[in-house]
Amino acid sequence: MTWRTWRRPRRRSAGPDGARPEPALATAPGAGGTAPARPAGAVGGSGERAAGAARPPAAPRGGRRRPATERGIERRLAFWLLAPTLGALALVVAYPVGSAVIRSLFDDPIGRDPVFVGIDNYLQALVGFDREDFWAAVGNTVFFTVVSVLLETAIGLVMALVMHRAFRGRGIVRAAVLLPWALPTAVSAVMWDWMLQPEGIVNALIGAEVVWGGSEWPAKWSIIAAEVWKTAPFVALLILAGLQTIPPHLYEAAALDGASAWRRFTSVTLPLVRPALVVAVLFRTLDALRMYDLPQILTGGANNTETLSILVVRTATGELKAGYGGALSTLTFLFVFLCAFLLIRAMGANVFAGFRAEGGR
Amino acid sequence: MTAVGGRARAGTTAARRGTAWESWVIGAGIVLLVLYCLAPFWWMLVSSLKGPAEIASNRLWPEDPTLVNYRGVFGGQNDFGYAVRNSVVIAVATTASAMVIAVFSGYALARLRFRGRNLVLALVLACSMFPGVAIVTPLYQMFSDWGWIDQYQAMVVPNISFALPLAIFVLTTFFREMPWELEEAARVDGCGPIGAFFRVILPLAVPGVVTTGLLVFFAAWNEYLISSVVSITLASNPVTVALAKFAGDTEFQQPFGSQMAAGVVVTVPLVVLVLLFQRRIVSGLSAGGFR
Repeated sequence: MTWRTWRRPRRRSAGPDGARPEPALATAPGAGGTAPARPAGAVGGSGERAAGAARPPAAPRGGRRRPATERGIERRLAFWLLAPTLGALALVVAYPVGSAVIRSLFDDPIGRDPVFVGIDNYLQALVGFDREDFWAAVGNTVFFTVVSVLLETAIGLVMALVMHRAFRGRGIVRAAVLLPWALPTAVSAVMWDWMLQPEGIVNALIGAEVVWGGSEWPAKWSIIAAEVWKTAPFVALLILAGLQTIPPHLYEAAALDGASAWRRFTSVTLPLVRPALVVAVLFRTLDALRMYDLPQILTGGANNTETLSILVVRTATGELKAGYGGALSTLTFLFVFLCAFLLIRAMGANVFAGFRAEGGR
Repeated sequence: MTAVGGRARAGTTAARRGTAWESWVIGAGIVLLVLYCLAPFWWMLVSSLKGPAEIASNRLWPEDPTLVNYRGVFGGQNDFGYAVRNSVVIAVATTASAMVIAVFSGYALARLRFRGRNLVLALVLACSMFPGVAIVTPLYQMFSDWGWIDQYQAMVVPNISFALPLAIFVLTTFFREMPWELEEAARVDGCGPIGAFFRVILPLAVPGVVTTGLLVFFAAWNEYLISSVVSITLASNPVTVALAKFAGDTEFQQPFGSQMAAGVVVTVPLVVLVLLFQRRIVSGLSAGGFR
């Protein structure tokens, strides 16, 4: 008997959501035959027994048919189990976002109370006085995201292929690959700042005299280099997990059919590793669009390296413009969601797949 | 027939010819990969051991190793010991609370049937895509009103909320693969649903919970954005914020020696955790990858 068979036995009319009848399982109450129905009073008891759960109840053994109220209990239990999560997300995400959206409709006066100005703050960012700053930040964010995600995916794929074929030293390689991922971005930024000093190790190694923090493109590339260094190993791990699900006999069959190594890669590896690749790209893109720590510490947004996140923090907490900052943060948030939506659409990633596969089980 | 046989033979010889060449390439690739990942760490360690006279040289090892940078980190105006303590408190508190909350929710989402389940999932997922900057200002104002600025809870509570989506996601994946027949067996033997959960399912879920807890701990240890806004003084600065605004002990413009030493101090616990739990972490990361 599976969990479902004992959990399911309820009268058809029992649950408001009994829309999905499962004929084979929707047995009548007590249909197990052997089990006497437990008195209804015991039901509430089992639900509220949270604290004293260590002791089994004195209820009759096997008494587990409480058809009418089982669903109600389950629903109430689910509510209480989810309440802390929903509460935390409401307190730290929903409420602040709501208040930022409302605040964004008011101006930022000095010495008087804010006045309702409608969408003026949004117009100021999109087409008005501050449009250059805003669109530059959008451009930088998109540039950093596209370039670093492309590089990470390419490098990560190569790393994953190498790791997949390695037979010796797997443990060492795995630990080495995890370290850049585990390092705090703030520490990584300071470390790269040091390595990219004019007299630093990077210039010494490439035999150049680049002032990395001195002008626009060197500054941008140093951010991308630090970002890719830290995240390519993470992408490699996600792709490696995908590679390991490919059955080896597919390669043998392809080799037997005379497929070259390249052909095996494009016709077997790539299609089968695609789901893992899609997930890695999605994760990384959403993360990169929010990039803050690295450019903030490495360049502080100088030399046209300001991302949307830096712009928001600079405006709202640096210049204390809560209204205009609220508009910028709302725009950032809409922008990230739009990108997520388009990306999920374009790549056909079904983020719910894992959950929906078996319904509620 | 012969053609097929011939091709197969050709394939095997090609494969055999490939193996020597291939294993050489793979070996070189592994060395490059490890170098790529670890070289910056080596440079951080080496730089932290160089004194003021040597720090500017690009020698790949310290000629005259000294702990002067480490003394600068823990002594003087930096007092990095406080930052380490703050980070430990914040990360442990975040991990413990987030895991309790996430275990409840993961169980409900993996196991119970109720209306609005998909709505909850969508909400949780939407929160995981959320840009932290969108809430940092309102959070700052809210915490100022409550007198939370420079208090641990101003960092712990947001950290919990940021960690929950991923934690719930990974835990739900783990819970869905549990042998639930055992829970049923326990209930047949007279356990209530909650008793069955704590006595049968939770012990079996320990690997998944540890994995998820590690991911949450790393995330909390690494958090910078919210902390940099709500934590102002050294008394509450976590390591990430303290490190970024380090003041030098010496005359240098930027105290890179001390910063590298502090970086090493921050990294050592992470290295230990990675070495101890690498398998777990990898399985957690790929479980979080929506499989």
